[in-house]
Amino acid sequence: MASAREMRIRIRSVKNISQVTRALETVSASKVRKAINAVMATRAYATKAWQVLTHVAAQPGRESLHPLLARRTPVNNALVVVVTGDRGLAGAYTSNVIRFTAHRFDSVPVPVKYIAVGRKGRDLLIRRRKQVIADFSNLPAAPSFMDVSAIPRVAVDEFMQGGADEVFLVYTDFINMGRQVTAVKRLLPLELGGEGRVEAFEPKQVSGPAAAYEYEPDQREILDEIIPRFTALQVYQAILESLASEHAARMIAMRNATDNAKELVGALQLAYNKVRQQAITSDILDIVGGAEALAQ
Amino acid sequence: MTIRCEIVSQDRTVYAGDVDIVVLPGAAGEMGILPKHAPVLTTLKYGIVKVRTAGREELFTVAGGIAEVQPEIVTILADAAENVEEIDEARAEAARKRAKEALASGAQADTDVYLAMEAALRKSNLRLDAVRRYRKGRVNLPGSEG
Repeated sequence: MASAREMRIRIRSVKNISQVTRALETVSASKVRKAINAVMATRAYATKAWQVLTHVAAQPGRESLHPLLARRTPVNNALVVVVTGDRGLAGAYTSNVIRFTAHRFDSVPVPVKYIAVGRKGRDLLIRRRKQVIADFSNLPAAPSFMDVSAIPRVAVDEFMQGGADEVFLVYTDFINMGRQVTAVKRLLPLELGGEGRVEAFEPKQVSGPAAAYEYEPDQREILDEIIPRFTALQVYQAILESLASEHAARMIAMRNATDNAKELVGALQLAYNKVRQQAITSDILDIVGGAEALAQ
Repeated sequence: MTIRCEIVSQDRTVYAGDVDIVVLPGAAGEMGILPKHAPVLTTLKYGIVKVRTAGREELFTVAGGIAEVQPEIVTILADAAENVEEIDEARAEAARKRAKEALASGAQADTDVYLAMEAALRKSNLRLDAVRRYRKGRVNLPGSEG
C-alpha cells in the first residue's frame, strides 16, 4: 500500500480536479441556456424554410427548376459537411459525430470529401486520413448567420463546379439536456423524405402530391433568391443545434466527472485513514515494546 | 371554411391560426388569399399583412421575405414581422431617428453598411406608418406602400 504522504498528495490532486470540472459544469450550464435560446428562436423559421424548399422540390420537373435542385446520375463524388466543436471535454460528443460519419460514408463507393466545422472534428477526420477540403474552426460563441455564411458558400460552389454531386450535412440535433442525436441530411440536391432526421426538424406534410407553383415576380428570380438562402439557413440551424448539443454534452460530462471525483476522494480518504491508523498502532506497539524491554 | 396562416420571422413565430382570409403585400401588389387558393410562391414587399377571422382583423408589418401559399396553408417567412398592436410607437420613432441620422452621417452608398442602414430606416418608417394608420380600430385603408 502507498505511504500516507503519497495518499495525501493523491487526495489533494483529485479534489483540485473536481473543482475544475465543477467550474466547467457551471460555465457550460450558462452557455447551454444561451445556446438553447438561440436555437429555439430560429428553429421555427428554419423548419418552415425547409418545408418550403421540400414543397418546391416536390413539384413535377424539379430537375429543370433550378441547378441546385437537379439530381445527378450517376453520383461520382460526394461532399460532407461535418459539424463538431472546437473544444474537448464534452464526453462522447465529437467522437459520436465522427463515428456516425464514418459509419454512414466509409462504405460509399465514390470518393468523399469533407468540410470540417470545428477543430476537434477536423483533427479526428485528418487522423482517419479523410480528404478535408475546408476547415472552419474558432467560430464565435454565438455565431450570426453572416459568421457562418462562408460554409454553405463553399459547399454550393463545390456542387456547382462538379466537385461534388451530392452534399450532406452531419450535425447533432438538440432534443433536450439529456439527449442529443447525431443526424445526417442531404443538402444538395435537396432530399425529400430524408434519412436520420428527427421530429424537431421534420416538416409536416401539408398535402398530397404538390402542384406546380405560380411565381411572383417570376420563377427564376424567386428561386434564385430562396434556394441558396434557405440552403444556407439549414447549415446555420445545424450549427446552432450542434452548439447547444455540445454545451449540453459538456455539462453532463463534467457533472459525471465531478461526481466520480467525489466518490474517489471518499474511497481514498478511507484508505488513507486506515494507513494512518496502522502507522499509529505500530508506533504505539514499538513504544510499548521498548518500554517493556527497559523494564526487564 | 378556413385557411391556416403562419407568420414566422427570423427569430420567432409571430402568428399562427386558422383564418378566413389573408391579405399580403406580394411582389405584384396586394394579394388576398382565400382557402383553396392555388399554390403560389411570392416575394413580399415592405408592407402590412392582414389576417381576418370571424370579422376580427389582425395586422402585421412585414419587412420583406417570401410567402408560400398552399390550398390549406399560407406560410409567411418574413425578414422581420410584428403585430401592429405590439409596436411601441415611442421606440419606433426613436429607432427611425437613429436610422435617419446614421444614414445622413455619410456611409458610402452601395456598401453593405449603407444598405443595412437604409433597410433599418425603411423598416422604422413602415412600423410608424402602420401604427399611425391602423391603430385603435381605424381599420379601413388598403396596405401601405413601403
